[in-house]
Amino acid sequence: MPEPEKQGQTTISTEGSVVDPRFSAGDRVRVRKAYPLGHIRTPFYVRGLTGEVERLCGSFPNPEELAQMRDGLPRRPLYRVRFVQHDLWPDYRGRDADAVEVEIFEHWLELA
Amino acid sequence: MKQDPGRYQPLSYFQLMEVSLRELLVEKGVTTEAEVRATLEDVRARTPERGARVVARAWTDPEFKARLLADGTKACQELGLDVPALRLVVVENTPRVHNMIVCTLCSCYPRMLLGLPPDWYKSRNYRSRAVREPRAVLAEFGLRLPDEVQVRVHDSSADMRYLVLPMRPAQTAGWSEERLAGIVTRDCMIGVAVPAVS
Amino acid sequence: MTLELEPGRGHHDMGGLPAGRVERTEHDYAEWERRVDAMMVILSGVKGGRKLMTVDELRKNIEAIGPEAYDRMSYYERWITSITQTMIQRGVITTEELGRKMEEVKRRA
Repeated sequence: MPEPEKQGQTTISTEGSVVDPRFSAGDRVRVRKAYPLGHIRTPFYVRGLTGEVERLCGSFPNPEELAQMRDGLPRRPLYRVRFVQHDLWPDYRGRDADAVEVEIFEHWLELA
Repeated sequence: MKQDPGRYQPLSYFQLMEVSLRELLVEKGVTTEAEVRATLEDVRARTPERGARVVARAWTDPEFKARLLADGTKACQELGLDVPALRLVVVENTPRVHNMIVCTLCSCYPRMLLGLPPDWYKSRNYRSRAVREPRAVLAEFGLRLPDEVQVRVHDSSADMRYLVLPMRPAQTAGWSEERLAGIVTRDCMIGVAVPAVS
Repeated sequence: MTLELEPGRGHHDMGGLPAGRVERTEHDYAEWERRVDAMMVILSGVKGGRKLMTVDELRKNIEAIGPEAYDRMSYYERWITSITQTMIQRGVITTEELGRKMEEVKRRA
């Protein structure tokens, strides 16, 4: 089995399976405030905002790369992140516990 | 252009593109007309009745329901429903939580269980407002939720496809699965409606 | 709030933008639209054939449609445009083949 290579704080096996996802359920995470071109599946409305990891969904090939006809490997951890509506929209008029859940790849998230 | 049913309507640019691409792909052996026809039939066979069957089973079989909530894809396979490649996540409505599904980025939808999505689900207005003011959108659908119910919107941004498991109405005690499936509409499984007992 | 003009927001990335009432329109899909859908099922390898494109490429090429055209085109018009672009990008068909075929089909019709 090949040595995992270290990229920043993430350990990724070169065989494509992810070792050590960075986040766990309950972690507060902030979405990076980046606006790159290309095919991105992190919606604009959550960028720069903070939510809570509801669960690790698993690891998947990176859609940003798949869209460019590349294989998107190694797989990356994908998290379901819950955002409280009041944190997303300053003028939100529903209930305090109302939330939006979005699936976001690890490379878009930082510990808040 | 006024549509005269008696007159031949020329192909639009995009219809022309569809015919041309299909013929090229057949000529190149990528597919066959027979495969296209068979696939058309498969797609046509996918209707919300499939999703309704899953819901009705979950309502009558608590252990199936538990398996469905734990792994939607695997549980559907038990009913002979294949949800290939994409992962099905079933989210349960409770007296405290109402779930609603949207894909703000495009129009991801659990087609295997609900068929093709309605135009409104793919519309700018739904995709924009479902995450921002879900209660107002639900009110436009005629659904007003009590204050103590939280609204949880799922934006299908990745490979997961979501299906709402609505609450079973109290007045359905003793109903057969088939009768129960009859009150589970597509809109209930998207989360813009709840089952009604007439 | 004219968020629509914010740079870095793709035209398709519309979550949270102000918008009007949801028109609960539904239409019966035309045969050609269903065939486009079927074509995507086949090309994405779901039917067991060779996987010639991904849903990610479909999305990317839809996103590449300019804003005015995106809004003007119907759902499956965007799909057939995207699928065709992808087939060209992938080298499954060439632009010349497509042009000639479209001329031929048009002459036939």
